[in-house]
Amino acid sequence: MSTGGNRLDRRAVVRTLLADRGDMLVVTGLGSATYDAAAAGDDDRNFYLWGAMGGGVMVGLGLALAQPDRPVAVITGDGEMLMGIGSLATVGVQAPANLSIIVLDNERYGETGMQKSATAHGVDLVAVARGCRIADCRLVETMAGAAGLAADMQRMAGTLFATVNISREDVARVLPTRDGVVLRSRFRAAVLGRSD
Amino acid sequence: MTGPSHDSPVQDWRDDIYDLLSAAEVRQVAYVPDAGHTRLIQRCESDEAMRCVVLTTEEEGVAQMAGAWLGGQRGVLLMQSSGVGNCINMLSLIGNCRMPFVTLVTMRGEWGEFNPWQVAMGQATAAAFELSDVLVYRVDDPSDVAPTIDAALRLAFDANTAVAVLLSQRLIGRKDFAKD
Repeated sequence: MSTGGNRLDRRAVVRTLLADRGDMLVVTGLGSATYDAAAAGDDDRNFYLWGAMGGGVMVGLGLALAQPDRPVAVITGDGEMLMGIGSLATVGVQAPANLSIIVLDNERYGETGMQKSATAHGVDLVAVARGCRIADCRLVETMAGAAGLAADMQRMAGTLFATVNISREDVARVLPTRDGVVLRSRFRAAVLGRSD
Repeated sequence: MTGPSHDSPVQDWRDDIYDLLSAAEVRQVAYVPDAGHTRLIQRCESDEAMRCVVLTTEEEGVAQMAGAWLGGQRGVLLMQSSGVGNCINMLSLIGNCRMPFVTLVTMRGEWGEFNPWQVAMGQATAAAFELSDVLVYRVDDPSDVAPTIDAALRLAFDANTAVAVLLSQRLIGRKDFAKD
């Protein structure tokens, strides 16, 4: 939900979040969030969703529980987050300290013609996340805020939820591979040292 | 194996399932509860090696199982037949990525059902899984539970296959719904 503040460049935000990622594992929601992560630099430890809309947060939860010593980030859009909104309650109950959920909110369905999403009408995802007992919930409207978020994602001090207000400006698509077997095999090889 | 008595405090087929999940090193147990899974959920929740995750809707568990396996852990998803339809689009994640997947489904809407609202999904459960490229094994007899679960776990985690085991309403018994 916009408070009328600055709307940030989505690519600059994601570059900032991933610049010093260390051991961080990344799951992206389908659509522009996947392109943003790929544009910041393709990495075997990125698991891009090309479908499974609404599943981003729960892939992140399963991964965060399995890998409690590494930071895990879910980077997704407002539409994908809204489809899986119940998963914020599920995450709130589990409270994994190493999971961050980052919603790039342009208040639009960008892949389908820029129709307004619920956040354009005032639905407040930060308030929903707070109501789901997620420890640290914040709205990011500045690049300094994005830099602070990037640092806090590394701290693993409790589940973190952030809505980042981003520009609706069209940016070039950067398309990583769509082959699910390639994506999961390279991810597991990078994280576990085995692909099967 | 003690047969179909559900009153017995001694080991029955529900405990056999728990033992097999434990032996297979299942670490994440996601569920939308069902009366037929009550005892299994209790057993899993009392096991510190298993993380039990209560879901708001079943497809969350499909996505969680994908994340668990990406991170090197095994999981199972427990649900009732009425939740299977919720999972269909999310199962594309399992199929596209050829990931292992195990779900144990307690059946409603069949043997002796009293609630007509359960019948539609109960009758479509196996077909819905098959349309989603999930192998389906159905168990009606208590003596078949353990070998079927064991086979499902091996097929999933050794051969990267998606498997659903349907625990039939005749197996679970009508009486349990009022009691458990």
